[in-house]
Amino acid sequence: MMILKTDGLSKHFGGLIAVSDFNVKIEKGELVGLIGPNGSGKTTIFNVITGLYKPTAGRIYFDGKEITRLRPDKITALGIARTFQNIRLFSELSVLDNVRVGYHLRLRSSPFAAALGLPTYRREEGEITQNSLRLLEVVGLADVAQEQAGSLPYGQQRKLEIARALATRPKLLLLDEPAAGMNPEEIRELMAFIHRIMDEFDLTVFLIEHQMRLIMGICPRIFVLDHGVTIAEGMPEEIQSNPRVIEAYLGVEEEE
Amino acid sequence: MRKETGRVLTAISLIVLFLLLWWAERHLDPYLRRILNLIAINIIWAVTFTLIYGYTGQFSLGHAGFIAIGAYVTALLTLAPAQKEQSFFLSPCIWPLSTIQWPFLPSLIVAALLAGVLGLLIGIPSLQLRGDYMALVTLGFAEVIRVINMNLQSITNGSLGLKGIPAYTSLFWSWGCAIFTISIVWMLGHSSYGRAFKAIREDEIAAETTGVSIFYHKLMAFTIAALLTGLGGGLFANLISTIDPNLFSFLLSYQVVTIVVLGGVGSITGNVLASIIYVSLFELLRPIDQPMTFGSITIPGCPGMRMVMFSIVFLLVILFYRRGLMGSNEFSWRWLLSKLQPIFRRERQEG
Amino acid sequence: MSLDMFLQHLANGISLGGLYALIAIGYTMVYGILRLINFAHGDIFMMSAYMAFYGTSLFALPWYVSFGLAIPLAAILGMVVERVAYRPLRDAPRISALISAIGVSLLLENVGIVAFGGRPKAFPRPSLFAQEWNLGGVRILSLTLFIIVISCVLLVGVFYLVYRTKTGRAMRAVAWDFEVARLMGININQVISLTFAMGSILAAAGSIMWGMKFPQLLPLMGVVPGLKCFIAAVVGGIGSIPGAMLGGFLLGVGEIMIVAFFPELAGFKYAFAYLALILILLLKPTGLLGRVVEEKA
Repeated sequence: MMILKTDGLSKHFGGLIAVSDFNVKIEKGELVGLIGPNGSGKTTIFNVITGLYKPTAGRIYFDGKEITRLRPDKITALGIARTFQNIRLFSELSVLDNVRVGYHLRLRSSPFAAALGLPTYRREEGEITQNSLRLLEVVGLADVAQEQAGSLPYGQQRKLEIARALATRPKLLLLDEPAAGMNPEEIRELMAFIHRIMDEFDLTVFLIEHQMRLIMGICPRIFVLDHGVTIAEGMPEEIQSNPRVIEAYLGVEEEE
Repeated sequence: MRKETGRVLTAISLIVLFLLLWWAERHLDPYLRRILNLIAINIIWAVTFTLIYGYTGQFSLGHAGFIAIGAYVTALLTLAPAQKEQSFFLSPCIWPLSTIQWPFLPSLIVAALLAGVLGLLIGIPSLQLRGDYMALVTLGFAEVIRVINMNLQSITNGSLGLKGIPAYTSLFWSWGCAIFTISIVWMLGHSSYGRAFKAIREDEIAAETTGVSIFYHKLMAFTIAALLTGLGGGLFANLISTIDPNLFSFLLSYQVVTIVVLGGVGSITGNVLASIIYVSLFELLRPIDQPMTFGSITIPGCPGMRMVMFSIVFLLVILFYRRGLMGSNEFSWRWLLSKLQPIFRRERQEG
Repeated sequence: MSLDMFLQHLANGISLGGLYALIAIGYTMVYGILRLINFAHGDIFMMSAYMAFYGTSLFALPWYVSFGLAIPLAAILGMVVERVAYRPLRDAPRISALISAIGVSLLLENVGIVAFGGRPKAFPRPSLFAQEWNLGGVRILSLTLFIIVISCVLLVGVFYLVYRTKTGRAMRAVAWDFEVARLMGININQVISLTFAMGSILAAAGSIMWGMKFPQLLPLMGVVPGLKCFIAAVVGGIGSIPGAMLGGFLLGVGEIMIVAFFPELAGFKYAFAYLALILILLLKPTGLLGRVVEEKA
């Protein structure tokens, strides 16, 4: 069953073509990778899919519905969650509160009920707190629940961002460079973690990464982007030996 | 410390507060009572500003507009028809306002509701704008309201203003409404909605992709704040008994901002403390504005010197002590007990 | 309405517009560089009018000396305000600087009330500006014409400075991109001080002419014109100097002409500017001459 499909997706910023004719079909339960040199348009694609940018051309379909021009919060409500390349936590809020915000979109009680502390609201709040604590346990942050999010070390902040995304009960999770700044040991943990949450929460994952070890290690299917154009698609072995891919990456290295 | 203990302590404090108010209402002289009423009303305005700015991160300079609506609505609804006939000599008051006279509670409710509606109308265009633009537009709306008030001769009596407004506002009304406002804003702020507001304040993009509908929540905070601000405005009108459109200028909005900044943005406790300090000092320092005589030496009064001192303090706070008195910390029973414990322990040791 | 009445109103409108343009430029330049609404700008306008007044009354200086002195004094005041109240907050969240601007504005107004008293002062109107001239049947106050001419001269001067000199280029660079300008070796602090000085000079010139046109000085006289002129700058396109000029003239002409044609709306004069603001922010938020730039998330 196809969960995400883009059709001729393009994004221009004035004269700059960030993404050009991006076509992807992701099946439910897949783990797909998106790689490419810096500035190739990977994050832009995520931003367009999640509604932060409106595409210049093309359409996006999620779980059978067209979501091309929807607002980001509506897209999240339909079941797409994401993390950011530069972590975007609610730094002044506590770790627990960060996750609890993720449950807000499914709240049924009105502000009226919340302001008066009615029992229906209090019951929901209790559920939210319980579920949030459980999620924190899954990512291993339960003991720092009351800490300020901004005070956590980098690696834990990344986990918190994932927990917050999971709180929105997504079907599709977009991870933007989740392994940034990690050493090989941590990357191995992350790979196991991604597999675990995919099983436990019945997720499909679309993953942007720079680090070859992670991508080649766990993604059965990979898209390669260069200057907004898809230059290759396929299994890790095919990608690794694809001349255009090598040129895109080597070309960059030579400039450095 | 258990949550129940905290709640019991809060309940006891409220009872004590109301006993004190009951005593004050009977025995304190009118001047002091007026100050206490003003403090409560300013608390309402400061707390609603905190809801918009401290919690949701939207800087609105339109408070005076909502206060004006609340004030004029209660004034027009509670004024006696005879008084209206007297005041509206330039152009008679329109029907049905000219003949009705309502009791306080329904007038306050209507005032608050109308202010809330106004908040909705103003919020819809204003909240789509970026921070500083929003400040300007809300300021503009408040000014437009002031100008409209000045010109609707047959409804508001224009620049002549309204006088003889029945002095219904007692300490129970003002502090009762203040407690009500504090509890609403507190409960909301500590609820899931409060977390959504704060998420918007922290990072709108992250909030939106976490499923928080930005505009809807901003509008919610703004409208609720406008409603409660109007409530304060109604209490205000029936306290000072005489109002005119120029009373509700941007200077009033600035006053609310000053109090909130001094007390600590995002802290209801700070709002309360700052209101108490600001209003009390404002009255206490009144002698500076007037000539003072010490025996044979007369120091000439300097009208406006009070405000100069306040402005300087305000600037100093924003430049050097931006977090204000309380920062974004709140009072909690746990904190108080933790501060008192060492004292008790020491007493036991000495005893 | 007869033709000469119309022309009279038009002349009035253009001269008022010239004054608004002069003040609006100060706002737009500061906003362009610091993204700050300088709430205190209107109060610097007020202060320079009072300084010019006290020059003639208290110090008994001839008007041209007094007016001439008020202008550099206003520039100094503007630079001091920036140095004391805005520079320390340059790295703070933008709202803090905004609140500081409100604080400075409040301070200047209250100092004005204490120092100058709440009663209006009569601004001098030298006879040169008080003549009534007859131009082809249209009676016009010489002041009106002088304002138009002087404003235009000043505006041309601003244009020249900003678009034809190295200093101006530095200003535009800083307004475009703070960090890059700094990396290119431009002394940011100097440019910012200069911007404030320039804005204050224009405001001072405007205030002196304003004082001659509306001779009643009050400590809060800068507030409403100040807000209106910032609105004019936004309508014209915030950050754009031609935009501020356009906005100022539109506002001045609009105010006079609307009241001329619909005298019953005179009481709502103040509201026009705000209504124009709300309209432009809803329809074309970047202003008439502004450019649409999409922000990258």
